[in-house]
Amino acid sequence: MSIKVAYWPGCVSRGFTPELHGSMAAVAPLLDIELVELDRANCCGAGVIAEHNQELADTLNARTFALAQQVQGAELMMNICSTCQGAQSECQERLDANAEYRAHVNRTLSAEGLTYKKDPGGAGGASFTNKNFLWLLVEEIGLDALRERVKRPLTNLKVGPFYGCYIVRPRERLGIDSEHPRDHYLAQVIEALGGTVISYAGERKCCGFPIITMNKEASLKQAGTHLGDAKDADADCLVTPCPLCHLNLDLQQPLAAKAVGRELQMPVLHLPQLVGLALGLEPKQLGMQRHIVRPTSVIDWSTAVVGAAA
Amino acid sequence: MAETHRVGGSPEKFKLKLRRFDPESGEAPYWDEHTIELEPHRSVLEGILQARARFDGSIGIRCSCRAAICGSCGVRINGEPGLACHTHLDHARDSSPDGTIEVEPMGNMPVIKDLVVDMDAVHWKKIQRVTPWLLAKQPVPEREYLVPRENMVDVTQSMACIQCGACVSDCLAMEVDPGFIGPAALAKAYRFVGDPRDAERHERLNDLSQDPQGIYDCTHCFKCVQACPKDVNPMGQIMRLRRIAGADEHIVDQNNGYRHEHAFVKNIRRNGLLHEADLVPDSSGGKFHPRAIPELISGMPTAIRGLMRGKMTLSKILLHPHKAPKPVKKYFDEIDSKPERYELNLYVTGYDEDDEPTPATVGEGSTT
Repeated sequence: MSIKVAYWPGCVSRGFTPELHGSMAAVAPLLDIELVELDRANCCGAGVIAEHNQELADTLNARTFALAQQVQGAELMMNICSTCQGAQSECQERLDANAEYRAHVNRTLSAEGLTYKKDPGGAGGASFTNKNFLWLLVEEIGLDALRERVKRPLTNLKVGPFYGCYIVRPRERLGIDSEHPRDHYLAQVIEALGGTVISYAGERKCCGFPIITMNKEASLKQAGTHLGDAKDADADCLVTPCPLCHLNLDLQQPLAAKAVGRELQMPVLHLPQLVGLALGLEPKQLGMQRHIVRPTSVIDWSTAVVGAAA
Repeated sequence: MAETHRVGGSPEKFKLKLRRFDPESGEAPYWDEHTIELEPHRSVLEGILQARARFDGSIGIRCSCRAAICGSCGVRINGEPGLACHTHLDHARDSSPDGTIEVEPMGNMPVIKDLVVDMDAVHWKKIQRVTPWLLAKQPVPEREYLVPRENMVDVTQSMACIQCGACVSDCLAMEVDPGFIGPAALAKAYRFVGDPRDAERHERLNDLSQDPQGIYDCTHCFKCVQACPKDVNPMGQIMRLRRIAGADEHIVDQNNGYRHEHAFVKNIRRNGLLHEADLVPDSSGGKFHPRAIPELISGMPTAIRGLMRGKMTLSKILLHPHKAPKPVKKYFDEIDSKPERYELNLYVTGYDEDDEPTPATVGEGSTT
């Protein structure tokens, strides 16, 4: 069964973490996901535009939603960035809560002939859905189907989930409840791929990225502390659904190590990379050579990790 | 979210695991387990009090009203901050991985004994820091002040704070930077910044912007939003303080907070997508600004590593491959130049009636 999605890759996945966008493109066909890229859409604002002007952030994201709703045959919109998920969910909450406000924002968008519809399927129907790849993986594709597609189980690979903030809080807005334990999905995916889940203190804490330009010391201390906690818990690597977390955890890792005064050398994988690896792709096809802490230099995929290569 | 809780029902057994610590004993903290019996809809606090009455009179817990009003019984339940009197036993059991309800003292504050933390040492000091009283405009009118209703409704959200410290407990910025003024105190600051009777709005905002541990030290992690039992939305109040400081009071702070925000907005207006390479120098005043030079030099090793790994390319750093579509620029210019910001506050407006599954169910005791 294939699924067609209006695909919003975000900015950073095409900027400083190009391996994220690339690995998603490589993994999608293996999961029968058809990606229709929203190439005219704009930055979600990452909370900063909302901090500057809420109406502006709401308008920009309503525009992205409207573009997604124009994609023929797409069941939903999919993103690969937790920060996009959080910032867009916040805007969607306001847009969906108040018809008058929605009409106001749509008047602005009418300049481009765009309209955001709260219930695209007709009045009272299902509301507009925007899911991170992590949620789509568990809820639309399903863990059993994922398990069936694993070609190279991540046997003995000890993976620490790093959720970050935007995709787990606030719970109500992000639709997290006992039926949708989205704040545990990374662990479920790691298990489905045959890996071992490592629990550690920083799983759902802040990577520090949002204050890197304002308070570098505190920011790097956050990244360094979580990486160190994961190391102490004996993780081989971390996996994250957020490219901004990746920037602070990987790109800045040498500085984070200095900030906490210890060696870290902790590889951090993007979610599609971890999935791709288990589905049989090679580290190079997944852009792992682009990481600052190269997963391949720390982990020997060919022997230690890969149980039975197909 | 809203699991329905049976009111009444017959008593059930619940396992409580309490974090114990007595600094005078000289012993390390330890876990203590008790099985209590109560109706499932009763609170974790009632469970703790039963354990104290039946099994161990030395259990330390601070409490008073037992109705989520006094804010005394802030604790961590299964790792999440909240009020013990405001958490149902069955809910707590269901949210625990093994069914045992784990209760710890709050974080970011020193423990006095067991579940009692030193609020004076941290929380109240920070509240004092923001001058938590009205500095009235002069001359004081002979009769009462007349204040627009919207203004007062607006500040009631931060006035709803019961000073329980749940947000302080789990503030992730404070965890690495204990001097951060923090969510509770900054929400309190908004209560006066948003009050039209206050005479010192600019001074308050200038103070909180220039302080390296002020409004720009918040990492945007939503911990406080999740923790608050009263829907105060502390992080949201901090963002409003930033918005007013920057857009209305034009305060350019020494922490690069204002410049970062404006550099980001300018960046998206121009490129449509974020062009990261410009963000760091622009946040320091622009590529050629003297202030940007040390930032750029300290960022060099990172940039070089990125270049060597092919994460960044020179053309990506120097050129702007993306251009914002014209309408996007127009939205920026039109919306940004409106004399008054249109700011929908769901706390004030609520949700449309036709929205059945929306968070009208944030939890009892919340004032939505």
